[in-house]
Amino acid sequence: MDNMKMRAQLKGDVVEVKVLMSHPMETGRRKDDFDRLIPAHFVQLLTATLNGKPVLEAQWGTGISKNPYLTFRLKGAKVGDIVAVTWHDNHGATATQDIAVTQA
Amino acid sequence: MQRRNFLLGVAALIALLPARVLAALWNKSAFESVRLNDASRYLDIDAEIPSADIQIIAPDRAENGAIVQVEVKSGIVNTEAIAIFVEKNPTPLIANFIFSNGAEPYVVTRIKMAETSDIKIVVKAGDRYFTNVKNVVVLENGCG
Repeated sequence: MDNMKMRAQLKGDVVEVKVLMSHPMETGRRKDDFDRLIPAHFVQLLTATLNGKPVLEAQWGTGISKNPYLTFRLKGAKVGDIVAVTWHDNHGATATQDIAVTQA
Repeated sequence: MQRRNFLLGVAALIALLPARVLAALWNKSAFESVRLNDASRYLDIDAEIPSADIQIIAPDRAENGAIVQVEVKSGIVNTEAIAIFVEKNPTPLIANFIFSNGAEPYVVTRIKMAETSDIKIVVKAGDRYFTNVKNVVVLENGCG
């Protein structure tokens, strides 16, 4: 659950950040083999910071695919800057990961 | 004993705190709306203007609705937020991305689509809202 893969690369004057999270993203509408509803379990909030300053806030519903994928772009960031991503799910679980910007 | 109970209580409260803060941030009404119009209303979206400056890159046909990659780029000045809706999903609001401090109005993510539908994007710029749509044919439903 706490495993998050991240990459932040400077391309021209823009840093492209790619994030792959590990999460079931259950809608609450799926049933198990015994016809019981599987409770909703999904990431609701994701925040990203650049050197501690907020750059992105994402609110998500159950419509984001399992093991969520995200790309975003930052201007004004340079090699060595730290990009951090944190998510919170509807069960109160949370995960954080950070990475330094590298040259593409 | 009382002091211990009190401390346990404080610890429990602190443990609960992030969930409460989160509950206040997450737009429950919008995300749980079963109609796109209601979800839009809960996001305070009003008087949307169709705009070709919102670029949506998604497949014309998706083999599997469980994973449909969508790329959205806004060319609208002062874009603050990008919301993604799938009109025919059980709950149409998929995500709302809010940008600040140099984040470009650009996002790529993967979404679930229950059936063939328009993907609708709404961009917020100041107090104005802009929109564009892209239809995706779904061959196998992804909401299970």
